[in-house]
Amino acid sequence: MSDMLNIALPKGRLGEKAYGMLADAGFSCPAIEENGRKLVFEDPEAGVRFFWVKPSDVAIYVERGAADVGIAGKDILLEYEPEVYELLDLGIGKCRMAVAAPCGCRGEERHTLRVATKFPHIAQRYYASTGRDIDIIRLNGSIELAPIVGLSDVIVDIVETGSTLRENNLEVVDTIVPISARLIANKSSFKFKHGAVERILSGLSRRVEEIK
Amino acid sequence: MTIDFDVLDNTEKLIFALRSLYMQSGFRRYRMNKVEEYDLYGRNKDFLVSDGIITFTDTSGRLMALKPDVTLSIIKNGRDRPGEPDRLCYNENVYRVSKSTGAFKEIMQAGLECIGEVNIGHVGEVLRLAAESLDLLGADHLLEVSHLGILDAFLSRISTGEDIRASVLKCVGEKNRHGIAELCSAHGVAEERYMPLIRLLDICGEVPDVLRRLDGISEEYSIGPETEELREALSVLGGEAKNVRVDFSNVGDMNYYNGIIFSGFVEGVPGSVLSGGQYDRLMRRMGRSSKAVGFAVYLDMLERVPVREDM
Repeated sequence: MSDMLNIALPKGRLGEKAYGMLADAGFSCPAIEENGRKLVFEDPEAGVRFFWVKPSDVAIYVERGAADVGIAGKDILLEYEPEVYELLDLGIGKCRMAVAAPCGCRGEERHTLRVATKFPHIAQRYYASTGRDIDIIRLNGSIELAPIVGLSDVIVDIVETGSTLRENNLEVVDTIVPISARLIANKSSFKFKHGAVERILSGLSRRVEEIK
Repeated sequence: MTIDFDVLDNTEKLIFALRSLYMQSGFRRYRMNKVEEYDLYGRNKDFLVSDGIITFTDTSGRLMALKPDVTLSIIKNGRDRPGEPDRLCYNENVYRVSKSTGAFKEIMQAGLECIGEVNIGHVGEVLRLAAESLDLLGADHLLEVSHLGILDAFLSRISTGEDIRASVLKCVGEKNRHGIAELCSAHGVAEERYMPLIRLLDICGEVPDVLRRLDGISEEYSIGPETEELREALSVLGGEAKNVRVDFSNVGDMNYYNGIIFSGFVEGVPGSVLSGGQYDRLMRRMGRSSKAVGFAVYLDMLERVPVREDM
């Protein structure tokens, strides 16, 4: 197990795109391209083992050393602040963390602002910097629904194209931070599997430059 | 009756092995009370690894705390005096909040402190003991050393403003080169002022190679004395300095630490298992004029790592 480089990929479109970049950089594992329910794929010749994990869990797998490196969104890194190295901005999965509210309504300043979000720490830090008194309502999905049904005044969420917001009569009132996918590494693995991690880093860096 | 050492678990064996190592090297065992007045930690909260502290009111109405840290108590209870530094070693339980559960956890910590008229020779001695502490383990290990004076020379080129400095320092600790560039660009810092810091992160690896590369830039960045300090302290580990690397992404907390800092890593353990360095700034903050250097070994991280069999 220890000789292989373990790579945690986020399930879904972003993970598939990231795997594509890794494969182009020479770290492929043909079995991963077959559809199925397998979660772990390895290519002993290339010395890599891939895991598919829930996007929000990638940072945990890497921080705890179950994966040596992983691909995680900047949103996850800002929310959980894992003790990992953030080695590269892959420039894919680009979106932004934003505050959105019903069109024409930003929440009255005389009230505590009710904020629905999947990212309570990011929201808390953002509003702490503005000095506004807020009440965080932590949700796990369908965040856009919260202001529509009166659960919250605003939402803090990831916005890609903004079409879901528009369809629900919401608009972005502030951008908190731009988001994209990052290559992260476990601090200990970076030292003991230095050569392999550096190869992945330089392979992906080249791909990022080519895509630019 | 003889004691059968096979009945001891990994942590117990390591506690005894570390204590023997430190006491044979002239360090005196320091025993302390489990509790301390809360005020000590309240005033130095950012030095602590976790924010949470278990507090209670004692029989005379004073707010007390179960110790979240050992170093602060040693500094508080010591006195500045001339001559050879005080050499103290300990193994004590500390009480901290676990990041994963948010609940309090009892953690056994071993370590040592060298406090007084500390010179670079003493720093080297402590560095050697940190390396030897890791040598007790039956797994691959590595001591990673940095010099905050060198890092500071590159950080100062970017800004003296604390806001961006703290954020840039966080990026340095994450080896986040793109983050440094983004932050500096967003704050109008010119590329020629931040690129040297990004290039400093590439100067990492084995000791002879890093020292040679530092020599090559020491005049340009005025880091000659710091490079010499690093060379002198590392010289006690021998020419090849096996299992030792220099890495300037090891940042510590610059409010407390200064000069040489270091962390220990063991293969298979996800985070650092040993951490320490020179903490003269913490001594000043606590009203002490002496210098100090020390480290702690996080025994909870080493529960599953065997002690070397020939110990």
